[in-house]
Amino acid sequence: MENIAEYLKEERSQPWRDELRKSMKAKERTSIERVHMPEQDPEKRSHNYLEVNLGLTEEQAITESHRCLDCPDPTCISGCPVGINIPKFIKKIEARDYMGAAVVLKETNALPAVCGRVCPQEVQCEASCFYTVKLKKPAIAIGNLERFAADYERNSGNISVPEVAKHNGIKVAVIGSGPAGLAASGDLAKFGYDVTVFEALHEIGGVLKYGIPEYRLPNEVVDVEIENLRKMGVKFHTNFIIGKTATIDDLRKEGYEAFFIGSGAGLPRFMNIPGENHIAVYSSNEYLTRINLMHAADPEYDTPILKGKVAAVIGGGNTAMDSVRTAKRMGAERAILVYRRSEKEMPARLEEVKHAKEEGIEFLTLHNPVEYEADEQGRVNKMRLQKMELGEPDASGRRRPIPIKGSEFDIDVDLVVVAIGVSPNPLIPHSLPDLKMSKWGTIIVDKETMQSSIPDLFAGGDIVRGGATVILAMGDGRKAAAGIHKYIQEKVASK
Amino acid sequence: MNKIVEKEFFSENVCKIVIDAPEIAKSRKPGNFVIIRLDEKGERIPLTIASSDVEKGTITLVVQRVGVTTAKLLAMESGDTIHDVAGPLGKATHIERVGTVLCAGGGVGVAPLLPIVEGFKKAGNKVVTVLAARTKELVILEEQMREFSDEVIVMTDDGSYGKKGLVTAGMEEVIQREKVNLSVVIGPAIMMKFAALTTKKYNIPTIASLNTIMVDGTGMCGACRVSVGGKTRFVCVDGPEFDAHQVNFDEMLQRLGAYKKEEAEAYERYLKTVQ
Ligand SMILES: Cc1cc2nc3c(=O)[nH]c(=O)nc-3n(C[C@H](O)[C@H](O)[C@H](O)COP(=O)(O)OP(=O)(O)OC[C@H]3O[C@@H](n4cnc5c(N)ncnc54)[C@H](O)[C@@H]3O)c2cc1C
Ligand SMILES: Cc1cc2nc3c(=O)[nH]c(=O)nc-3n(C[C@H](O)[C@H](O)[C@H](O)COP(=O)(O)OP(=O)(O)OC[C@H]3O[C@@H](n4cnc5c(N)ncnc54)[C@H](O)[C@@H]3O)c2cc1C
Ligand code: SF4
Ligand code: SF4
Ligand code: FES
Repeated sequence: MENIAEYLKEERSQPWRDELRKSMKAKERTSIERVHMPEQDPEKRSHNYLEVNLGLTEEQAITESHRCLDCPDPTCISGCPVGINIPKFIKKIEARDYMGAAVVLKETNALPAVCGRVCPQEVQCEASCFYTVKLKKPAIAIGNLERFAADYERNSGNISVPEVAKHNGIKVAVIGSGPAGLAASGDLAKFGYDVTVFEALHEIGGVLKYGIPEYRLPNEVVDVEIENLRKMGVKFHTNFIIGKTATIDDLRKEGYEAFFIGSGAGLPRFMNIPGENHIAVYSSNEYLTRINLMHAADPEYDTPILKGKVAAVIGGGNTAMDSVRTAKRMGAERAILVYRRSEKEMPARLEEVKHAKEEGIEFLTLHNPVEYEADEQGRVNKMRLQKMELGEPDASGRRRPIPIKGSEFDIDVDLVVVAIGVSPNPLIPHSLPDLKMSKWGTIIVDKETMQSSIPDLFAGGDIVRGGATVILAMGDGRKAAAGIHKYIQEKVASK
Repeated sequence: MNKIVEKEFFSENVCKIVIDAPEIAKSRKPGNFVIIRLDEKGERIPLTIASSDVEKGTITLVVQRVGVTTAKLLAMESGDTIHDVAGPLGKATHIERVGTVLCAGGGVGVAPLLPIVEGFKKAGNKVVTVLAARTKELVILEEQMREFSDEVIVMTDDGSYGKKGLVTAGMEEVIQREKVNLSVVIGPAIMMKFAALTTKKYNIPTIASLNTIMVDGTGMCGACRVSVGGKTRFVCVDGPEFDAHQVNFDEMLQRLGAYKKEEAEAYERYLKTVQ
């Protein structure tokens, strides 16, 4: 940690930063109001799949960058799981060196355009900003600025491809192409490895492609990053299911020296209540996959999807929010979010909750479904809800929801999406009996190196955390890449 | 991208398709299936791997035309490529020597039954196969089944071929006359339901291979879920084979019809484009 502090100090004392700091008084900076990112009109956007947030204008980005005080002790950085040098990139924007800002971002974050859009900033970097902590004012819009710089670089058509060390010919396999796998493969390529990513689906990107909708994270943004990895020499093998198409052992025989498992938490949970298998009761994974990955909303594509007049989505996380806003876009007259705790406990990003409300999503908090009924064809037509109240905080620190007896009532629904969470995908663990797992089905790893109980196997992201965030998954991927590098170097040295 | 290397029609609506897929050919076991997507805009559909040739690096599918995707697949030629082929998926059939195995197939179930019949025969069992169809023209794979069965009984609803009656009548006939140690039933959910009821009467262990609607085939979406013994199971990873006496076929039957309207409309549209 010591040398990171040193490094930050050194960077901060560079003449250009000194000069910028002096160019405006702190008081002036703190008196500027936080920008508001332009958005599509709520009524209009609730009928299309175009991005809701339109991105800061150059002028807005510059104004916002002036707010940042370039603190001597930039607490914001400790709130970012990958430790982006936040003041440095923001000051690059203030200096109008946007490409330079993007380079700073990419020092530690392989997908800044993605994180700027989907990170829960209010509990990460922005929660630790001096403005939030000390001034009790709205934080610097770090995420918005990150997105601005990354988009600027992408739109310039002149994306910098990170430098890659001389190829060392050593084969490393990355399993899963979500943010964890992509981050790991980028770093491994930088170290000079011959990296192949194996992906079970026909598309690269994991949840970024099949889960998070286009109106929040356009596929194009992800594709550009994947293209960049290709330019760095990373190979992608789609339709390849590790544990099925080939096992880890098969790959060892083909000469792979180490493995990174980033297979995600792809197993949808259900509540196991009566009627949950009726037609038009979807898991959020199925609902979003049909629409995002299979383009079921586009008549040109073959995959079908059921539409509902009254759609109910169960849950309070990002997945639930994405599903309910998607149901609205699919034409639901009423799209209702049913959550068993209160709005305060919702794990979704604040911005998504706000956007959902603006789009006319009805919030039915402190309610929980207990049963579904169906019509003669077997399609869900009724949902029995039970009212809840909040009790003592549970292990997660959130107040525990307690059912209120006798409070049940029915509402008519014709589409239900269950978004109450996912469990780790068991395909790989099942094919590796020696792998140490937790009782939740996650892979147990060393927190520093991400090495599992099998020495050549490293893991990170949701398969280790059991459901987290894009940036945490990426942070794991990078740590694992470093762990793999060390492991292979030691192995080579001892040969 | 996987190339179609061979194609042969068994009847108007049933076709054998051999696809270049070396990795899958190597790792597949009887009972496994693949998920294919024909082109960029196609849907993902599951198809059983009927056989494979490790040396040539090919897998063989036997496909029956029922809707848009299967119709498009049957219209493809040798040399054409299929955009995506993923697998092998699902648990392999547990094949062992048990004595006499009664296999019953109807409709779309006859194709996936073929490798199972073959497997049980090769494991040294006596295999009696009952093939059921509405009418003569719809009886498929009879010849292929005969190759691996000690006896094949054909049943048609209208009596236009073989014996007149439902699949269960054919099964009863065998059960009445000899000891059956195991039964395997594959077909439309309604057929499997009644076949399972029949064997239950005689306490014959019975396996059903379920052909639910699927999307990813890796346990990620839950589209394929069914109730087995009162518990929700995912056919793509927990199956496709289950104890037939535990499966809730009524629920499965309903879920199979989830997109009936959409599928029928899509098929109409498709027919217009090819006419
Ligand atoms: C709808 C939705 C919205 C979300 N919104 C946000 C958000 O706004 N902000 C945020 O920070 N986080 C969000 N998250 C959470 C975040 O997306 C995940 O934490 C993150 O994607 C985890 O990354 P990962 O790389 O571990 O796994 P994943 O992204 O799940 O990727 C795993 C990949 O591995 C593949 N795979 C699995 N098994 C195999 C195998 N055997 N062989 C080959 N490939 C395999 C899968 O097909 C998949 O592509 C959201 C999640 C969902 C579902
Ligand atoms: C594990 C598994 C293995 C299978 N193996 C084979 C195989 O080896 N050969 C083969 O021909 N088919 C097989 N099937 C069935 C095959 O997947 C479906 O026939 C196919 O998805 C239909 O697609 P479609 O677009 O042509 O028709 P659709 O337009 O989707 O459907 C047309 C009609 O078929 C019915 N239908 C749709 N899906 C299914 C289904 N899964 N089972 C039964 N009826 C259905 C619909 O209700 C509808 O009436 C298998 C299914 C599963 C789950
Ligand atoms: S990566 Fe996420 S947490 Fe880190 S600075 Fe960017 S938006 Fe904040
Ligand atoms: S804590 Fe806030 S004001 Fe200080 S450097 Fe970080 S972003 Fe700028
Ligand atoms: S097909 Fe998606 S879980 Fe089985």
